Amino acid sequence: MAGMTLLKKGAEAELYVLHWMGRPSVLKRRVRKAYRNPDLDAYVRSARTSNEAKLLSEARRLGVPTPLVYLVDKRNCEITMSYIASPPLKRLIPEMREEAIVETFKRVGEMVALLHKGGIVHGDLTTSNIISYGGLLYFIDFGLGERTSDLEPRGVDLHLMRRALESSHHEVSGIAYASFLKGYSHSMGSTSKDVVARAESIRRRGRYVEVGQRRDA
Amino acid sequence: MSSVQFILGLESTAHTFGCGIASSDGRILSNVKSEYVPASGGIHPREASQHHSSRAAWTIAAALNEAGLRLADISAIAFSAGPGLGPCLRTGATVARALSLMRGCPLVPVNHCIAHIEVGRLATREEDPLVVYVSGGNTIISAYAGGRYRIFGETLDIALGNCLDAFARELGLPHPGVPKLESLADEGSRFIPLPYVVKGQDVSYSGLLTMATRMIRECDTRDLCLSLLEVAYGMVAEVAERAIAHTEKPSLLLTGGVARSKRLQRALMSVCNEHSARFHVVPPDLAGDNGGMIAWTGYLALREGITVPVEESYINPNWRLDEVEVPWRG
Repeated sequence: MAGMTLLKKGAEAELYVLHWMGRPSVLKRRVRKAYRNPDLDAYVRSARTSNEAKLLSEARRLGVPTPLVYLVDKRNCEITMSYIASPPLKRLIPEMREEAIVETFKRVGEMVALLHKGGIVHGDLTTSNIISYGGLLYFIDFGLGERTSDLEPRGVDLHLMRRALESSHHEVSGIAYASFLKGYSHSMGSTSKDVVARAESIRRRGRYVEVGQRRDA
Repeated sequence: MSSVQFILGLESTAHTFGCGIASSDGRILSNVKSEYVPASGGIHPREASQHHSSRAAWTIAAALNEAGLRLADISAIAFSAGPGLGPCLRTGATVARALSLMRGCPLVPVNHCIAHIEVGRLATREEDPLVVYVSGGNTIISAYAGGRYRIFGETLDIALGNCLDAFARELGLPHPGVPKLESLADEGSRFIPLPYVVKGQDVSYSGLLTMATRMIRECDTRDLCLSLLEVAYGMVAEVAERAIAHTEKPSLLLTGGVARSKRLQRALMSVCNEHSARFHVVPPDLAGDNGGMIAWTGYLALREGITVPVEESYINPNWRLDEVEVPWRG
């Protein structure tokens, strides 16, 4: 397409800004990966493209702000959607005061609860995949999402958010995650306990985590 | 004698009892291993620990001998304090305590995962890489930030090496199974769809193992090996790519036992080419569990004054990589 400028070259996809029917839009193209078997690569890219387009629309119906999908090209693994001209949460956090972090992550938790209650898990919850714009929190990158109400994928969502905070925002991760859980639990209701417990067990499962202060002689 | 110090390191987290000696000027002078190989099935912790206690004296004597040193030349004893199998860790810790008391020198607890990273940095001279650490017990994508190695991605269930070893056993391949899987895969031609499970920055291998095992009877073994490795390595490569795009580190370091895989090396090299990062892999003799990496990491910790009195020298089978302060990176 004419008049496309590269916005970002991510790990999985390239993002271009363009005008579609006169509107500022983003084209997301999932590019071929030379390290993957060609058959596997074609399957992964096309499945994630249609999955993402579907979930972006379904999430918005649940009241979670997402970009509007204009066009899906399965063959080229491309989605054209509305452009939200604002940096991701990841870039804003270093400038945020503590009260703002508490407030923002409480709302992130409420939004994730809306998704979960509506039968959607995001599958890639990080601060790079949330955009704050016009007083709303937009959720993007639903390629790894699922339509499910199972405990396990819901727990994975919480686990991923916690780990994203710990690895990229370790100075504020404790307070941010606590606020996230507060918003999530409040909005999710009684089932939130099970999800939070599952997220804890995922963190411990088969891997090496301090459980209490266990010490062996 | 010059001011060069010698540190003796003991490794005993799983199947390997290793003793290595590192010098303070960054050389691994000797690195002797004795590996427990189960008669059938996977690793049995008690049998492994019995193997370790029966081979400890021989391994340590051989390491000193190869380095041309006596115990009196050693400045500190470092040991793997975790993570790993309790009985195996306890054996190594007991030997380390005894040596420290005999010699009257400091005892240094070392985190096994950090040792894999530090020996890779030492061998490749790469200051600040994104680390892909893959072995029988761990699958971790990590990078240094703010005083610790942070975890950017890991397995949600079993480790990559565990998945491949278990599948090799299902095929009836003798230990070590992964090189044999690789040569079978080289002869494969048809790709069979298998569960490719990436969750955010994390991977999951248990479903892949179950599915591949179920298909052994109905598929060509070579095609199945090819497909299993392509899916398993493709998943690591994808999360590694996400992490390198996110952290913008200048290089990638592949370490741990599975780092020896040529196919995995090719996949990660391709990731690095796309993101203009340098690609490094730990040398084969330092890839698997070994005492040399414990000795070298023990030296880095000793230099920062990290030692432990014998009576407080606990092991921790669940000692997580990102709990450990690494002041030497500061």
